[in-house]
Amino acid sequence: MAVCIAVIAKENYPLYIRSTPTENELKFHYMVHTSLDVVDEKISAMGKALVDQRELYLGLLYPTEDYKVYGYVTNSKVKFVMVVDSSNTALRDNEIRSMFRKLHNSYTDVMCNPFYNPGDRIQSSPGGPYFLCPIQSRWALLPVSDPVQVGPTPVSDPVQVSPTPCVRSSPGPLITW
Amino acid sequence: GQKMSLSVLESMGFRVGQALGERLPRETLAFREELDVLKFLCKDLWVAVFQKQMDSLRTNHQGTYVLQDNSFPLLLPMASGLQYLEEAPKFLAFTCGLLRGALCTLGIESVVTASVAALPVCKFQVLIPKS
Repeated sequence: MAVCIAVIAKENYPLYIRSTPTENELKFHYMVHTSLDVVDEKISAMGKALVDQRELYLGLLYPTEDYKVYGYVTNSKVKFVMVVDSSNTALRDNEIRSMFRKLHNSYTDVMCNPFYNPGDRIQSSPGGPYFLCPIQSRWALLPVSDPVQVGPTPVSDPVQVSPTPCVRSSPGPLITW
Repeated sequence: GQKMSLSVLESMGFRVGQALGERLPRETLAFREELDVLKFLCKDLWVAVFQKQMDSLRTNHQGTYVLQDNSFPLLLPMASGLQYLEEAPKFLAFTCGLLRGALCTLGIESVVTASVAALPVCKFQVLIPKS
């Protein structure tokens, strides 16, 4: 399943980036950053082609030897990037699309949260609104107080984002671009 | 005083507009140009918020759009004609912010003002500066 997901604002800075804790996070940050170029290419290619159908789902951006990177862009030019393990061949296009759709729904819920200021980092903290994360084989809530130590909690049922007011914790030491 | 409260109302409308601009065009695919975005505002946004479409949209194709609503639901129950003309801006500030916020999420910086000649007809003017 997905080993890393990222939500990137239209000005190309990260709003939310999470990867499985066993891997080197910096590597994924770098991969997501490089995939932004491919995303921009695809967007401008779509703009030039005079096709009526313009998809939000961008598809496979580029494969590496270990991972595949998928992209999705919303109408408000917010980009979602997902890095998937190549060894997981059971993952089909439809599943990736549905993961992106759920991510889009969660992002829309975050936008509608009156306590969230657009453009801020998205915080995922215990007792607050959970940003749904499709890492691991199930939808897992990521209750993190400190963004560096990611400890996903496996949940047996998929859980929806709850729009409860959240107390914002101070921004963690994630790398800013 | 009056100006402060109007700008507070407008900024509230702006935040709501930003959220709506994210939620409403969910599955509708990309807007090709500014006019498409304005049409979306007149049809989808207005219907979602006021259960009716905007009555007319005019443009000079230079970045100025005038959206006219002949029976604006917030002014309709107030009066018909020239009575309460001075009170009308209070009811329009939030809506101006709503339009500005939705445009902002869809990538367009703009200035939105509203004017009332006679209730309940009102015009929203959207100015999009050319960069």
